[in-house]
Amino acid sequence: MDAITAEGLVKIYKSRKSEVRALDGLDLTVEEGTVLGLLGPNGAGKTTTVRILATLLRPDAGRATVAGFDVVRQAQELRSVIGLSGQSAAVDENLTGRENLVMFGRLYQLPRGEPRRRADELLEQFGLGDAADRLVKTYSGGMRRRLDLGSALIGRPRLLFLDEPTTGLDPRSRLGMWEVIRDLVREGTTLLLTTQYLEEADELANTIAVVDAGKIIARGTADQLKSQVGGERIEVVVHDRADLARAAETLSRAGDGASTTEEHMRRITVPAVGGAQRLMQVLRDLDDEGIRIDDIGLRRPTLDDVFLAITGHAAQANDASTADDTPARTRAGSEEERAA
Amino acid sequence: MTAIDATVSRDSARGGSPAGGVRQALSDGLVVMTRNLKRVPRIPELAIFAILQSIMFVLLFAFVFGGAIPLPGGGSYREYLMPGIFAQTIGFAAATTAIGMTDDINKGIIDRFRSLPMARSAVLTGRTFADVVYNGGILIVLMLTGLVVGWTVNTGIVELLAGVGLLLLFAFAMSWIGVWIGLSVPTVEVAQQIGFTVLFPITFLSNVFVPTQTLPELLRPIAEWNPISVLTASLRELWGNPNPFAGQGLPAEQPILLTLIWVAIILAVFAPLGVRRYRSMSR
Repeated sequence: MDAITAEGLVKIYKSRKSEVRALDGLDLTVEEGTVLGLLGPNGAGKTTTVRILATLLRPDAGRATVAGFDVVRQAQELRSVIGLSGQSAAVDENLTGRENLVMFGRLYQLPRGEPRRRADELLEQFGLGDAADRLVKTYSGGMRRRLDLGSALIGRPRLLFLDEPTTGLDPRSRLGMWEVIRDLVREGTTLLLTTQYLEEADELANTIAVVDAGKIIARGTADQLKSQVGGERIEVVVHDRADLARAAETLSRAGDGASTTEEHMRRITVPAVGGAQRLMQVLRDLDDEGIRIDDIGLRRPTLDDVFLAITGHAAQANDASTADDTPARTRAGSEEERAA
Repeated sequence: MTAIDATVSRDSARGGSPAGGVRQALSDGLVVMTRNLKRVPRIPELAIFAILQSIMFVLLFAFVFGGAIPLPGGGSYREYLMPGIFAQTIGFAAATTAIGMTDDINKGIIDRFRSLPMARSAVLTGRTFADVVYNGGILIVLMLTGLVVGWTVNTGIVELLAGVGLLLLFAFAMSWIGVWIGLSVPTVEVAQQIGFTVLFPITFLSNVFVPTQTLPELLRPIAEWNPISVLTASLRELWGNPNPFAGQGLPAEQPILLTLIWVAIILAVFAPLGVRRYRSMSR
């Protein structure tokens, strides 16, 4: 059964000066018990999609159901089976971690006594036990995100929306967050995750849907998407321009396709499936040929590459990025988003 | 039978039946109100500055300007001043609410609330009722200050409580103006500015600091019918403080009735406006 279905979602943000089509006929399905990664640059429509599915926004056209409930007509029923975390919702920084969870548990209509019990459980699970009775404004970024995720899980939702769960986190907190999310996935939670990072979608999602300008432009597993870009590549910068032709020939032999040469950069690139092993082979070959190199490396496809391959334009935040946020959003989330 | 039972229990759990709906609205409103009140001592600057601002007015008028303001019919200026200060402070409830509301929206708390299966009304009622309690607390501090500078209640406990009740009722109505403003402006700074630019003229063009007899003919009716003025006049009348209200009009004869009418008008206009604004957040 499909946990989420969306057909032809359209959302237009109107202001006095302009009209931004944040969603332009977006179609989406997520199967029960799977993880869908919604991948795209700022302003692509990721947050708008999540906000519509979580009943925070009404679509201007199209329809969507979550767990069988219509997002417009059955909004209240829908809210009792979902959890929302990330950019689109927040915790109260002038309450303690425990107070936040207990409050959200009560508002989730959990039976008497359950909010407190469940809060203890989640604080323990997310390593916030020692900080439970401290005000959230004293928390680090990573702790805050974990509490935010805990808030979304307070009512044991069947379906979880994570809106850019790691944007703005330092690498270590990001890894910690991934670990927590992976645990949830193992427990069988259906999850819709938005992210700007292919790597993150790759780590966490079964299926990735690439969003651009309010539409899904590609859908598949991480491997399928990467293969559209051509997978990993080996890049070599030779020391002498005179060696370029010889090096290109060597690389073409070792790689999985024709090499491309950028003369002015003295750089040669070749697709290579199988990564590191191949890199070693190339190094040996170049050494045998006596070619001096300045630099060599393995390049994995990035979101930019996927975008370039699918859309023909780079994955840059388009003008709709401000509209993708809710009006006048001033909290940390949007600053982090800009930084990223 | 089982199917019906299941439907009933599901409905009541989600507030589907009218009784369950009311109960849920009350309990959710209480949760939100508790949350708002818990925040007060954690951001003490807000309450402290609200009190200091009012005390500054007390000191300024009781000790600096007061001596130069004669009361028609005589009486103590400080006794005259304090009910006005209470009314003015309570009038600022609108700004308090607006600032709290805007802050919650910008921090994403309101969005979290909107994603939960809670009573839709609870966010607004929790806010306005919390602000009534908060303003009640500030009122107690100001009344103690008043006693120190020479204000007193010359009637009885019943009149004292009636006056306090009137003030809190007015605070509740003003809070709903604040809800509407808070949901309409983009930032806390703007909420603050609107609060001050609208509220200061209203409180000055009134009987709070000077008897309305001293005002130009043209401004006098405005000052007399002003909601802050009728509230102030009600308090002075209830507590036996000097109340040299000019003219023989309704504001002089029925200030309490007029205060209640103002409360009703403000609620009738701004509660629906606020609720509509809140609903349109999903647009």
